[in-house]
Amino acid sequence: MSKIHVTTTVNGDETEFLCDPRETLLDVLRDRLSLTGAKEGCGTGDCGACSVTLDGRLVCSCLVLGAEAEGKSIGTVEGIAQGEELDPLQEKFIEYAALQCGICTPGILVATKSLLEKNPDPSETEIRYWLAGNLCRCTGYDKIIRAVMDTAADLRKAS
Amino acid sequence: MSENDVKTNGFKVVGTRPNRPDGTDKVTGRAKFGADMAAPGMLHAAIVRSPHAHAKIIKIDTSKAEALADVKAVMTRADFADGLTGGDWDVLENIMAGEKTLYDGHAVAAVAATSPLAARDAAKLIDVTYEVLPHVTDVDKAMVTDAPIIRAGTADASVPEGLHPNVVRYHESGHGDVEQGFADADLIIEDSFKTEATHQGYIEPHACLAQMGNDGRAELWCCTQGHFNVQKICAKVTGTDASQIRVTASEIGGGFGGKTAVFIEPVALILSRKSNRPVKLVMSRAEVFRATGPTASTSMDIKIGMTKTGKITAGQGVFRLQGGAFPGAPSDLTAMCAFAPYALENVHQVGYDVMSNRPKQAAYRAPGSPMAAFAVESVIDELCNKLGLDPIEVRLMNASKQGTKASFGPKFDRIGLVETLEAAKSHAHYAAPLGEGEGRGISCGFWFNHGGETAVSLALSEDGTAALSVGTPDIGGSRASMCQMAAEELGIPYDKIRTTIADTATLGYNEVSHGSRVTYASGLATIKAARDAVDKLCGRAAAKWGIDRDAVFWEDGCAKPSGPNAGDFDPIPLAQLTARMGATGGPIVGHFEATPEGAGVSFATHIVDAKVDKETGQTSVVRYTVVQDAGKAIHPSYVEGQFQGGAAQGIGWALNEEYIYGEDGRLQNSNFLDYRIPVASDLPMIDTVIVEVPNPGHPYGVRGVGETSICPPLAAIANAVSGAAGVRLTQLPMSPPRILEALDQQASG
Repeated sequence: MSKIHVTTTVNGDETEFLCDPRETLLDVLRDRLSLTGAKEGCGTGDCGACSVTLDGRLVCSCLVLGAEAEGKSIGTVEGIAQGEELDPLQEKFIEYAALQCGICTPGILVATKSLLEKNPDPSETEIRYWLAGNLCRCTGYDKIIRAVMDTAADLRKAS
Repeated sequence: MSENDVKTNGFKVVGTRPNRPDGTDKVTGRAKFGADMAAPGMLHAAIVRSPHAHAKIIKIDTSKAEALADVKAVMTRADFADGLTGGDWDVLENIMAGEKTLYDGHAVAAVAATSPLAARDAAKLIDVTYEVLPHVTDVDKAMVTDAPIIRAGTADASVPEGLHPNVVRYHESGHGDVEQGFADADLIIEDSFKTEATHQGYIEPHACLAQMGNDGRAELWCCTQGHFNVQKICAKVTGTDASQIRVTASEIGGGFGGKTAVFIEPVALILSRKSNRPVKLVMSRAEVFRATGPTASTSMDIKIGMTKTGKITAGQGVFRLQGGAFPGAPSDLTAMCAFAPYALENVHQVGYDVMSNRPKQAAYRAPGSPMAAFAVESVIDELCNKLGLDPIEVRLMNASKQGTKASFGPKFDRIGLVETLEAAKSHAHYAAPLGEGEGRGISCGFWFNHGGETAVSLALSEDGTAALSVGTPDIGGSRASMCQMAAEELGIPYDKIRTTIADTATLGYNEVSHGSRVTYASGLATIKAARDAVDKLCGRAAAKWGIDRDAVFWEDGCAKPSGPNAGDFDPIPLAQLTARMGATGGPIVGHFEATPEGAGVSFATHIVDAKVDKETGQTSVVRYTVVQDAGKAIHPSYVEGQFQGGAAQGIGWALNEEYIYGEDGRLQNSNFLDYRIPVASDLPMIDTVIVEVPNPGHPYGVRGVGETSICPPLAAIANAVSGAAGVRLTQLPMSPPRILEALDQQASG
């Protein structure tokens, strides 16, 4: 089967790739572009470990075809830190011990960034429902939710 | 080690909450997990799996797959070593079926091709002819006379005559005279309980990258709780020398016991050997559910007698565990944990390990203990209700203490159950009023904890920093704890130490990261290795000063003369000693290689408030408090994290999670949509109280904390739900249909 040529932007970089029509965006990011930050936990859109943004919209990259990235702008966990400066959310996740194994962390960070862009003052319940599509099996979510609430509070103070 | 040797105060680094050393890697996407590694020329593999619960393999035709240009190797059971027996044969048989497939999802063949899609396409072209056999997946049905026999002759000598051949292990323990105990009771309650199989549910599927040449030399990268065990098993089933297989543990995306088993690594090695190329093999989520370790499912009968004042006079339990198509369900551990929190004069427990046509069960966080606690603590709760007694007071009255003869035999050393109960009793949660429709549940839980073979090496650098190598994969922040313990001993800052999970060619054998052993055993090893290095540093200082080694001691990161008689010398900091170590005797490395056996047992008490909607049968967990004895919390944030994670997994097990098998013996819910683990919106914040009753078997008093946290939740939630619903729930999960059924049965009286 012939490959499809795709031109896209990943974390601000113009990028081209060839992909099989059946390959997902997650496959392309991981296997063709070597961006292994997004993880495959399920391949069916249930776990959120593959969360990325597509033209600013939060998606499960396992449910998007690589070919659909044509002309779009993709954001992954690798693009969250600015140079050697971690994003305040990343700092807070480390400080709060909001990760144990860390496999869900990239997806949760991408999803949370997306939440805070839309809603700088989310309630605990709003955070819990927004992140309901991101499974974490280690933490019981407690420290994750606290890290997100504290990041949001800091960002509000700073703005 | 006597308790006097346990350091319990004056810590500078231990007990603080520094940032974990691998934090930046894990928040930037840089950390490399099992599926994140690639190699030049790499192939991708896919596994062909049985669609039948029980079938004879008549023929495997690989010709269509082999004819494809993209396909570089195809393998079946014939490619493995032969002549294995006993447990080794079981492991191999589970990795790939021989004559029969024993469960839905059992591997039968594998293929390596130039891309993941090509491998998947090729796997579909492998044509397997089966003769379908009768199957059984339920534990009680697997024990009856006409149940299909999974494998005749598997039972060992422990099994009494007259039982079905699917009963393969038998356990019996206890002491005293239970009949007399029941005669002394004012109230006896007997009930039966069932729990369904659940999956560990780690978010990272099993993954590996293997390279093996025809010379038998191999490199293997994989996500595992124990790479030394992977090495051992790969060597056996591929017929290779263990030392020729170098295994490197990747970062691990959760395990909870499920990544102590080996499934795919030998398959990837053999495909690599056959194709002469590196091979990557990654399971899909459906494969994880169908073919990797769920827990055992259980069927249990409990009988407990109590006096009017709350004294337990006798306890008796029968525990039947289905562990899939191989021996190994933890029926013995289940039975031994059941009554462990209580000092009973009369106790008796029996365990049956039963085979069925399900995947081989794997350890899941305190294997067996949560189910046993569910059954026993439900009956204790019912006794308290009927006798009008406070559930914490009753547990305090009967609690095991130092010197108690445990229900499983030995006498307890220093333990902290009473302290957890007292802390729960005085916690604000216990006094808080309940809301409309809510119930409150209490439960205790127990786990043994484990030591195990451990090797650690601590190399000092010329600049006064230290490289610590441990052999236990870091599942949840253990690098931080190791750095803290090394810093405490060496007297240098936390961030001057780097902890690495070393590969199998670098250290002696390390048992897997299980049994809540890492902070205990690798921690003890780290402390001892640091003391070994300190001893050598003191020796260098003594030589410089020209005094006896015994006249030098180590304090605040410096060698010092031990008193006026030793001489008047300025302290020498570590970095000054390491700067000259090449000229004063060579590199300084501290070591520890042994099998620590002082893992202190651990207890917890949980309080939970649950609200039941009687219209829909839906349960919400409203408030949750975990109180657990950690011995000594090295990094309190990660201790709290273990408490919270265990509670959350217990909530899922109690309310939602279950393996659902159809009449055809096939798993019906092999995805995260239908096997629903708790999501953020399902849970409240989970309060934690760390109790610290030092373990005499660790230099700082550490007890493992990872597993005990999942022991009380099933029972605590069942007690809360039963209180809220007004009817006793005896089967897990307490899903809405089960709660509605219980309410209907009660209404129809």
